[in-house]
Amino acid sequence: MMLKAMLGEAWLAMGANRLRTALTMLGMVIGVGAVVIMMAIGQGAQYAVQQTISTMGSNLFIVLSGSFTAAGVRSGSAGGPTLNVADAEAIAELDGVVNVAPTHQGRRQLVYGSQNWSANVIGTTPPYLEARAWTIASGAAFGDSDVRSATRVALIGKTTAQNLFGDENPVGKTMRIQQNPFIVIGVLGSKGQNLDGNDQDDTVIIPLTTAQRKVFGTPFLGSVRMIMVQADSADNMQRVMDATSSLLRQRHRLREGVPDDFFMRNLAAAAESEAETTRTMSILLGAIASISLLVGGIGIMNIMLVSVTERTREIGIRMAIGARQKDILTQFLLEAVMISFAGCLLGLFLGLAIALAINAFTGMVIVISGTAALVAFAVAATVGIFFGWYPARKAAQLDPIEALRYQ
Amino acid sequence: MEPVIRVVGLGKSYETAAGLFPALKGVDLEVRPGEFIAIMGPSGSGKSTFMNLLGCLDTPSSGDYFLAGQNVAHMDKDALAVLRNRTLGFVFQGFNLLPRMSLQDNVALPLVYSGADKETRRAAAREMLDKVGLGKYADSLPSRISGGQQQRVAIARALVNKPHLILADEPTGNLDSHTSEEIMALFSELNREGITVVLVTHEQDIAAHAKRQVRFLDGHIVSDQLTEAVPA
Repeated sequence: MMLKAMLGEAWLAMGANRLRTALTMLGMVIGVGAVVIMMAIGQGAQYAVQQTISTMGSNLFIVLSGSFTAAGVRSGSAGGPTLNVADAEAIAELDGVVNVAPTHQGRRQLVYGSQNWSANVIGTTPPYLEARAWTIASGAAFGDSDVRSATRVALIGKTTAQNLFGDENPVGKTMRIQQNPFIVIGVLGSKGQNLDGNDQDDTVIIPLTTAQRKVFGTPFLGSVRMIMVQADSADNMQRVMDATSSLLRQRHRLREGVPDDFFMRNLAAAAESEAETTRTMSILLGAIASISLLVGGIGIMNIMLVSVTERTREIGIRMAIGARQKDILTQFLLEAVMISFAGCLLGLFLGLAIALAINAFTGMVIVISGTAALVAFAVAATVGIFFGWYPARKAAQLDPIEALRYQ
Repeated sequence: MEPVIRVVGLGKSYETAAGLFPALKGVDLEVRPGEFIAIMGPSGSGKSTFMNLLGCLDTPSSGDYFLAGQNVAHMDKDALAVLRNRTLGFVFQGFNLLPRMSLQDNVALPLVYSGADKETRRAAAREMLDKVGLGKYADSLPSRISGGQQQRVAIARALVNKPHLILADEPTGNLDSHTSEEIMALFSELNREGITVVLVTHEQDIAAHAKRQVRFLDGHIVSDQLTEAVPA
């Protein structure tokens, strides 16, 4: 029997009971639609996390000055001045280290004209900008000479610029931090939120020496609270961290058995676990949506079984005038596949529409990939053939005489 | 001439709750081309079982059945389907048209299974509908025409692949006597054109149209005689 004639007959059979066909299709529509929506949301979440991670800078870890014990009183982490600039310079000499930046940060009040604003002030050295992947939107960054001579210059983030300067161009303006005048020499490129949800653009970056002398003060000249280190690759991370640890123990003359007087924290690991979480969520969403696809497939099988029973006599007539088993099999299989294909197509459009609506109304990041659509389509076709096979086979194996006698 | 149908010791038994029930007990029969045979007998005499075997709808438990020289007794289901499609035409008591298809599509259906293209199917179906006098209803559904007309459509469907043999199982069983006469006249006409006709009936006046009457009783042939056909 020719495929074209069979397609026509399948179409006719689908049209014979429109409501039932539509309801059967609805199962597939919802299944495929759910898969498309869930995949769009899951991939969107993954994309958003990856974006955030890429703004953080890659392969980073920080060394915090550690606790020390004085007269039995233990300070917390970063409780005492156990790290200094010389430590940072020594770490920079290690193999596999790309950037090292001693930093000192805290919230301080900024004043410009009649405006004031509180922002996160970071005192550091130029490698910091590279390690954290900061870009300069306008103006220029400060250099090593600014750090050496403790000049009062500042780079400000987008949020800080808007709140303090409004529509004015901040570059070249003078603002005050802790009564000290600073010239704004550049505006940083926007980064958005970090993984904790803090606005990374509400930031002021100034030379480390200036920060220590004019803004934060420091118990010993050259001591720092934190050193940020960037390794050259993710594979080298652990090796560089171990080397840093032994270097610092040696420099701090810590004997065997004496605990570290510093802490190390792997920022990449935190980001990785965040990415892993969203990936897991994405897979979970897809899996749950797939269940509805399965339920839709079972719906098709159910209706096809009813259809075969209802049309037993028709099958008998067709056999009596010369339909072979494979003709009957093809006819019913084609019907199931057509229903699932049509349902899949509608589901695809419905899913896309809803995903776009979610994006439009909530601003949630969604990613629509052709692969996802293709996978949904392939799955729908498979579901149609898989769940259509049993009823079609049942129809094809009917005995012509018994089928003809069926009332 | 080679017989169209030759059955030798044909038997058929059914499994029942009471055990194996023999519906047909070793039947021998030869049908030559151009014959018009009425198979008669009371209910349960085995005539319908015999007809299903002749129509390749069922396979015998014993014996041999040669259809146009081929032994079909041991053929598989798909080979039998091809024979039903090309070698013979079957007419049922209950017409058995597909209710959702137009008369033309109903008549053309056997051609779909023999792989004819759309244009050939349309033309052949038209020709056969014209032959049985229903060409003007080609696009109607079966439910829109009378029982006698539906049986004519069924005959057109049986003829569409140009078989040399028409088998009819009580073709007038659901029709009134006037319409029955018309249908029988159509069979007589087809027989005059050279088509071999075998029909099952239990009515004497229907059987009277045939040239040869075969009587069944309890799974055996009890009489086989030539008659003078009543002029149509």
